[in-house]
Amino acid sequence: MDDIQLIDKKGKRKDSRGPEDLRPIKIEAGVLDNADGSAYIEWGKNKIIVGVYGPREMHQKHLQRPDKAIVQVSYSMASFSVDERKKPGQGRREHEISKIIAEALERSIISDQYPRTSIDVYIEVLEASAGTRCAGVTAASVAIADAGIPMIGMVASCAAGKINGQVVLDLDKLEDNIGDADLPVGYIPKTEEVVLLQMDGHFTPEEFDKAFVLARGACIQIQELQKEALVKKYSQEPEENGTDDNGENKDDMAEGGVLQ
Amino acid sequence: MKDIVPDLKVEQIKRLAASGGRLDGRGLDQFRDIEIQRDVLGSAEGSARIKLGKTELIVGIKVGMGQPYSNKPDHGMLATSVELKPIAHHSFDQNITKPMSIEISRVVDRGIRESGMIDLKSLCLESGRKCWMVNLDIMVLNFDGNLIDASTIGSLVALSGTTVPASLFDLGEDFPLPIGNMPISTTFVKIGEHILIDPTGTEEAVADARLTITTDASGDMRAMQKGLSGALYYEDVTKAIEHSIKTGKNIREIIQRRD
Amino acid sequence: MTSQETTSNERVFVLPGDILGDDSFRSGSGTYSKDGSIHASQAGILNINRDFINVMPISSKYNPKFGDSVIGMIIDHGPSSWMVDIGCPYTAMMHTNDVQWNVKFGETGKYLKPGDAILSRVSNVNEVKKIQITMKDHGLRKLENGILVKIPQPKVPRIIGKGGSMISMLKQKTQTKMFVGQNGMVWIEGENENMQAVSQAIQIIIDRAHVSGLTEYVEKYLDNQDISSQDIGNTGD
Repeated sequence: MDDIQLIDKKGKRKDSRGPEDLRPIKIEAGVLDNADGSAYIEWGKNKIIVGVYGPREMHQKHLQRPDKAIVQVSYSMASFSVDERKKPGQGRREHEISKIIAEALERSIISDQYPRTSIDVYIEVLEASAGTRCAGVTAASVAIADAGIPMIGMVASCAAGKINGQVVLDLDKLEDNIGDADLPVGYIPKTEEVVLLQMDGHFTPEEFDKAFVLARGACIQIQELQKEALVKKYSQEPEENGTDDNGENKDDMAEGGVLQ
Repeated sequence: MKDIVPDLKVEQIKRLAASGGRLDGRGLDQFRDIEIQRDVLGSAEGSARIKLGKTELIVGIKVGMGQPYSNKPDHGMLATSVELKPIAHHSFDQNITKPMSIEISRVVDRGIRESGMIDLKSLCLESGRKCWMVNLDIMVLNFDGNLIDASTIGSLVALSGTTVPASLFDLGEDFPLPIGNMPISTTFVKIGEHILIDPTGTEEAVADARLTITTDASGDMRAMQKGLSGALYYEDVTKAIEHSIKTGKNIREIIQRRD
Repeated sequence: MTSQETTSNERVFVLPGDILGDDSFRSGSGTYSKDGSIHASQAGILNINRDFINVMPISSKYNPKFGDSVIGMIIDHGPSSWMVDIGCPYTAMMHTNDVQWNVKFGETGKYLKPGDAILSRVSNVNEVKKIQITMKDHGLRKLENGILVKIPQPKVPRIIGKGGSMISMLKQKTQTKMFVGQNGMVWIEGENENMQAVSQAIQIIIDRAHVSGLTEYVEKYLDNQDISSQDIGNTGD
């Protein structure tokens, strides 16, 4: 389909990565003051900030669920995030991505502890350079953990694709534009569950297998970066030394308001 | 925004103001700390990330091609917009924040335009037909009051680092956006009988009136905006002007300081 | 990682989904049990206490329970009830039967209006988390004076201290009245500078919860402050 050589005979890509290398990834937890949880991710040239509010009581009563919290996601691209200025407001692509991300995250959240509430996740893409949905989900899961929202496990996400007929990990912008296939995967490493899966382009069943295994392996790697971000945030918090809590519920530690 | 502030907090703010103090320990005429990060985005021709206390925002500038406005056929174009998205505050909902975001973007735009900071005439390529179009977009990430000043500061920092991508359009070499006189806005609120500079979100929520004054490098006024349903006296305004000129000077130095 | 390895003082950071131990333990806060194992449900530090496995989360919201003393703020009122913000995911309701006044239908606003702060107690939390609070108990009332300070809910036990040692010391040293709601709202009443001193002391407690002998540390801090405890008449408890 293309004449441009995206990967040389030695398996070296334009940005000098090997076929199975990720772009550099940096994650920070707890970056916004007002949000209940937040995270910032730089993934290659992608820059994304995520804020989470909730669980909070839903004011639109018809959307409330009596048995659980619902997860609402808004993924949106800033007007200055792309080469040609994007008109503000969400288009069809952003609506679709918001929906699949919400569904992926919903699986990871233990939502029955918070009936009638919503967990609102705002994913703001500040600079976009291929792979924003994977970077967005990855950061969103960190922000949800930062908010203290209970989960069965965190979601990590990464894409694999095909360039010049060869399966590679984590397509950059050029590779995404002229490559042959792209396969974003969202995965909960702790439960081995696939929660986000899309594909476009052209894969043989063998290529798909290879791409999927590659993406899944990257998710496990990325989970470590998610953990580091949270550990780093926690280590800035003062240490809680020995406390009086003996019981099953931490709230029992409080001896109650002292009223005199 | 629509947040209710407990009466006890309102009383505390008034009590503190009477003795020249504030909840965060500042004096009435003291601006919050300003943190500036320049050129934070590769996709924009100019950008900045700004923290004013806990208010935080990102400014991105895209420069493209456009057709001059018919009433200004020999000028390039500037379009300013502010987005107040729900990520920035739990009470932000775009239906509620729309009037607020429009007001902020117009006040910021007015200061930049009226001060002649950008030499718009030099951005015209062909009278009435072709000119450079500067899109200034401000996205608020965390709200804690005084968005007008934070947005102005962010815009000035981003504009002063903006490159016009002439080579992209086969129009010669890229060049820096022609920037001159910097307009600095300073915003005050009136709470009871007290005038406070650079209000926090809580202070704005309990304020009776708000006043923004934009001054240029020579200490002259280039834009003003009174907001909220309370009233001001002439003396309040003159006092604010005096503080605005003084504070404006300091902020201008902070913006122009290159580390 | 198994629970046996973590009996030392080492801080073990866990992620949601991590297996923390088998079902010989009981699932405590911040955990869930599945397939014979106990897993973390929150990111935080592992804490094993007797047979309970807990995770002390990096952050958490206040989760109201029956009997909790809380400071609330009125945000709205209907003809026979008030809506009260108690700093949790849900708005609490307080019925006119649950206050000390004899409130006529439609006259709720005469007694409490939006912006008023109250001392109250959680009187009911049902299965869909409808929360009711009451002011009908000893000492519960509208707060007329003083200041409110919000603290992270997990720090509430720090402000209270073991057996109430911290709060007693704060009150005694600064001659202020104080109430710490389990929802992380603190009310302080006293001379202006003393209220200021207490809120600064609270900030120190939050920031330095890891200092051993915290109570003594804060006591020293207050001793070095210029507190006008001598010339106050009767503002103590």
